[in-house]
Amino acid sequence: MLELRGVSKRFGGVVATDDVTLEVTRGEVHALIGPNGAGKTTLIGQIAGVLATESGRIIFNGADITRQPAHARVAAGLARSYQITSIFRRFSVLDNLALAVQARSGTSFHFWRPVLAERALFDQARAIAGEIGLSTRIDAVAATLAHGEQRALEVGLALATQPQLVLLDEPMAGMGPEDSQAMIALIAKMRERVTVLLVEHDMDAVFRLANRISVLVNGRVIATGAPAQIRADPEVRRAYLGEELAA
Amino acid sequence: MRAIAVFLLLAIFPLVMQAMDNLFYVSFASRVLIYAIAATSLNLVLGYGGMVSFGHAAFFGGGAFVVGILAVEGLRSAWIAWPIAIAVAALAALVIGALSLRTRGVYFIMITLAFAQMIYYIFVSLKSYGGDDGLQMPGRSTLGFGTLGNDLVWYYVVLCILAAVLYAMHRLVHSRFGRVIAAIRENEARAEAIGFPVYRYQLLCFVIAGGIGGLAGALIANQSSYVSPSLLHWIQSGTLMIMVILGGVGTLWGGVIGAAVLLGLEHLIADYRIAWLAKLAPNYQDHAGLAVGIVLLTIVMLAPEGISGFFGRRRHA
Amino acid sequence: MPAILLLEQSLNGLQFGLMLFLLAAGLTLVFGIMDMINLAHGSLYMIGAYFMASFAQMTGSFWLGLPLALAATAIVGALLEMSLLRRLYGRDHLTQVLATFAIILIANEVVRIAWGSQPMMLNTPAELAGPVTLPGGMQYASYRLVIIAVGAVVAVLLYLLVTKTRVGMLVRAGASNREMAVAMGVNIRRLFTAVFALGAALCALAGAMLGPILAVQVGMGENILILAFVVIVIGGIGSIRGAFVGSLLVGVVDTSGRAFLPLFFGVFLPPQLASAAGPAVASVLIYLLMAVVLYFRPQGLFPARG
Repeated sequence: MLELRGVSKRFGGVVATDDVTLEVTRGEVHALIGPNGAGKTTLIGQIAGVLATESGRIIFNGADITRQPAHARVAAGLARSYQITSIFRRFSVLDNLALAVQARSGTSFHFWRPVLAERALFDQARAIAGEIGLSTRIDAVAATLAHGEQRALEVGLALATQPQLVLLDEPMAGMGPEDSQAMIALIAKMRERVTVLLVEHDMDAVFRLANRISVLVNGRVIATGAPAQIRADPEVRRAYLGEELAA
Repeated sequence: MRAIAVFLLLAIFPLVMQAMDNLFYVSFASRVLIYAIAATSLNLVLGYGGMVSFGHAAFFGGGAFVVGILAVEGLRSAWIAWPIAIAVAALAALVIGALSLRTRGVYFIMITLAFAQMIYYIFVSLKSYGGDDGLQMPGRSTLGFGTLGNDLVWYYVVLCILAAVLYAMHRLVHSRFGRVIAAIRENEARAEAIGFPVYRYQLLCFVIAGGIGGLAGALIANQSSYVSPSLLHWIQSGTLMIMVILGGVGTLWGGVIGAAVLLGLEHLIADYRIAWLAKLAPNYQDHAGLAVGIVLLTIVMLAPEGISGFFGRRRHA
Repeated sequence: MPAILLLEQSLNGLQFGLMLFLLAAGLTLVFGIMDMINLAHGSLYMIGAYFMASFAQMTGSFWLGLPLALAATAIVGALLEMSLLRRLYGRDHLTQVLATFAIILIANEVVRIAWGSQPMMLNTPAELAGPVTLPGGMQYASYRLVIIAVGAVVAVLLYLLVTKTRVGMLVRAGASNREMAVAMGVNIRRLFTAVFALGAALCALAGAMLGPILAVQVGMGENILILAFVVIVIGGIGSIRGAFVGSLLVGVVDTSGRAFLPLFFGVFLPPQLASAAGPAVASVLIYLLMAVVLYFRPQGLFPARG
């Protein structure tokens, strides 16, 4: 479904992603792991279209989207959640989600009819709120949510655009054990409908959820395979996992 | 509803004035209402849209000059001249916006300022249309029936237009488009990330605001049948911004309140002698600008989150 | 086109550009280091010119009045920074724009109250009133030559200050990364006040030197401020080098445009149209320049940051 061929990105003299070749098959949860600074968020940014890709190709559902602007990729079925929460803080949870639903339901160059009259939008938003476990907080202003709730909303916004592929950038960042379990459950449910590219540091989550894992170190993919394979791979252990498993 | 009450008051007011045989205030009021329209158009792009445009005078003054030039060339019908003014202003906004909205932050502020100055210099160099001295019009626009020359009639025309503009803004703000604009103001990156082509929405908002600014310009030219080049100067842009800030950034009535407060304050200082103040400073009335400056400075410095903090004041549905 | 005309316009462009640099340098430093848009920068220029006019009159000498005016304006600048402007650091740009705009209004009125509404008299120093003969036989106003000299010397001094001294290094560090500068233990508050005062003095120098050529009147700051902003946008915010290149570019383009465009249009347009179109397009020229530069380099020619 998603194919990266030789994707690279430099910032001045620094090479952030280096000739990355990767593919995500439909229906899988594909985890992307690696040490801090390995270039994972940069890669997500390139796939999402927020960062320009000068060399390499990004192919989504057979179409070359390398030069497509971010908003067009969303329309094509690609959504992304952020590592550092980026929601509409002064909007309520309902309004946050309704906005994402609105983005996917036709043009918003409508100037006269009040949005509140469009019940369908808000019904869908409520449904998603239910899925992400925020039904009871639906009218709360997003800025007042607890961290875990905000991360759930963060993912919810991506889901609300009805994507085929979701890029989750460390959804469990900064979460305690309870919230993490809830997020793992959410992703497990989500996978029935969407394909997931998951960037995470939480190895428990990764090994529970992932069909396949790719390891990114210094901007390069050093290994790809089933979880058991990756776990046993000596190079991976040396570069990254060794620290995680020993701990 | 509150709005209806306000408009009823505004509608009765000139009749009261006429009864009191004091038509000066009717003329003053129509001037305030015209600036209210101009400030409201800026509020759309600045308050709701979050785009700090420092070049709004280009559309306001531009609209005025279009009407003025057409009038001098013989085209005085409001039905033709005013729509042309709106169209020209909207077109200018399209060009300026298309270029400026590629930039962000301070570059955006500077580039809108610079473009407006460009337009100022172009019009000022048109010697045959007044140049530095401004353009005198043969009179107000014609409607084909009745006359706009009557200050009372003129007031009601302006009042109706203001009501229409405010209503349209109200609908716009609560529409799909309005929501997207608000979302972009709140978190531009995320708005793009959930699939909205941010640039297009911002540009359209900018064009709409420019067009309404042009309408206000057409009206101000008619107010005194004279078009001053100062309408295009960046100080005018600043004055409109002051009105928006005073009245309430991102609120429906912000432009109206701001125009009323600012022009009212200037008028009070200039035309009403406060005895004890006059003893301290005999010609304090020549320096109304000082009071405006101090008031503005105080508001800006004391605003808790800065002016942008006011953006969130409106409750979202 | 006679070479003399070309040379004269180039010198005028150089002169204007260097004075513009004095303003732009202060503006870009304040912007780059303190991340503050200061619209009141033009007001300091105006105040400098007014102080100069007064001190020149009081002392009877242009050259005695100059250092007094510089000092007075620097003090005003420092006071302004300490009392009001430092509260604007870290605030959003709109707040800064409005606050400094308010200061423009207040400054204009205060100047009007203190000095009256009529433009002030400021004469070129008597010894420089006449022309000088340049190699090649051309006559050029000696005062303008002095302006060029002063501008060039100050530019060199500023360059040395910023690149060769410790203070300059701190300034450059602050311009490219404020948090780092603070983390390095620099006494930020004093540095900022000093930078601001320096900027004010530069404004005063420009105001004082241009005073005899342009009018010393209320509102003189607004017109030149816009040009200074165009300069720093072209040059790149926070960069002295950018301000220098930008000022010369703007100075030369603007001056040459005004001088030559009417002639140029006169070649193929009827005289009526040429005399109208010339000044119009000339005014617009620098903005076009800015638009072109921004199109290819959205951060300006020499961005100091990232």
